[in-house]
Amino acid sequence: MNRFEYARAADAGEAVRLASGSAMRFLAGGTNLVDLLKENVERPTKVIDIRRLPLAGITATDDGGLRLGALATNADTAWHPEVEARYPLLSSAILAGASPQLRNAATNGGNLNQRTRCYYFYDTAAACNKREPGSGCSAIGGVTRIHAILGSSEACIATHPSDMCVALAALEATVRVQGPSGERSIAFADYHRLPGDDPSRDNQLADGELVTAIDLPAEGYATHYTYLKLRDRLSYAFALVSVAVGLRLDEAGRIVTGRVALGGVAHKPWREPRAEALLEGQAPSQALFLQVADSLLLGAVGRGGNDFKIELARKAIVRALRQAAAGTPQSQTDKRVA
Amino acid sequence: MDTRVHSPAAALGDSGIPITLQLNGFSHTARVEPWVTLLDLLREEAHLTGTKKGCDHGQCGACTVLLDGKRVNSCLQLAVSVDGSAVQTIEGLAESGEGGGLDPLQQAFMDHDAFQCGYCTPGQICSARGLIAEGKARTREEVRELMSGNLCRCGAYTNITDAVMSVLQREGLAK
Repeated sequence: MNRFEYARAADAGEAVRLASGSAMRFLAGGTNLVDLLKENVERPTKVIDIRRLPLAGITATDDGGLRLGALATNADTAWHPEVEARYPLLSSAILAGASPQLRNAATNGGNLNQRTRCYYFYDTAAACNKREPGSGCSAIGGVTRIHAILGSSEACIATHPSDMCVALAALEATVRVQGPSGERSIAFADYHRLPGDDPSRDNQLADGELVTAIDLPAEGYATHYTYLKLRDRLSYAFALVSVAVGLRLDEAGRIVTGRVALGGVAHKPWREPRAEALLEGQAPSQALFLQVADSLLLGAVGRGGNDFKIELARKAIVRALRQAAAGTPQSQTDKRVA
Repeated sequence: MDTRVHSPAAALGDSGIPITLQLNGFSHTARVEPWVTLLDLLREEAHLTGTKKGCDHGQCGACTVLLDGKRVNSCLQLAVSVDGSAVQTIEGLAESGEGGGLDPLQQAFMDHDAFQCGYCTPGQICSARGLIAEGKARTREEVRELMSGNLCRCGAYTNITDAVMSVLQREGLAK
């Protein structure tokens, strides 16, 4: 670990002021940052401790939604009565990720800003355009089991590791940030970036900007939802492929609106509005769900070791849509899938 | 030595940032550099070596302690950032049972032979204590899922699950 200065901020304004003009990182739960410091992947000269900022609340918003404070832990968010009752898709996704110890420390803002677990990003002896722009990509032509099949570039094929973010994408959350030039909101679909030719930037945050909250809209898909996560072992592993689905059905059982987001397949939670539009006004059926899966996976390419993910994702999307339509969401305790 | 006697600052001299922890019920002050983890502080400065360093990357759970009552990986916490917090380690649990004896979980791990080499055991027991406090696990399947942050290379999982279930049953928390 490199040596660094340490400063503790009491409120968001002070954190943003302290952040100016140096290679700094905000420290909240520490579960990803401290690991990256130990691996010498992150080498800030200054760490600004924000864990005492008053941003841990979970409160109602004026438009009938829910505001999740950036410093609320993943565990407190997943088990919050309002989240469990109104946004069970989010609870389910959070509880599918990491371990209880990590969820007790990790925060909502940190979850959004966690970095890829690409092995080459973590290995400082390997080439990685995300860690060191211009150095190349050792993942391309390397071991690609965990890598992207959608939205990647010749510069980077890393995936975003979060489960929580996949649900937030399906729920169409809004990210609230505060920075040197004031506050602003970013639609969740726009928050994370595709790699393009600059994978070193994971998201749209400008220098010194701090995530203060995540707003959920009123619609939580509390009846017809699922978070289906497929991984190499049943617990405590990152997704090979995951699918978050939220459906709203009318009295006749037809789909009014549907939201589908994929995890483990791209640089960001993957959504495709054209695929979701196929669901509108339709009765749930295997043929419809296959059509949606094909539309979502349009343009998917494997890199050898991850070729299997394309077919795995297709089957997972169909299964997840079926689970959501039937109102039988995936259990995060009894996770075996036949 | 008596690990409950905490000599303020002596071990680390005058450099570093002053912090105070409530450590197993005792006030513990120290000066630490910003990059010192809670795990290293516990082991190297407070000489509470029950908390184990396994992977040192939050992947094995051997370093699990209770931070303000919640189980966390102490290897991923910077000591400066938990200034003012209460920390309970396996040494603290050992005196928390009836009449200052073993925690019921410690006794249950012995009764069920829930260990082989034992290196992961302090983390397993602290994690199980956190699991019971959270109140979300009532069945074997739920215990297995919510103990998944603690890896045992010996594979003593079945007996560990038995031990945790026996305490849940005794406390009327099992389904």
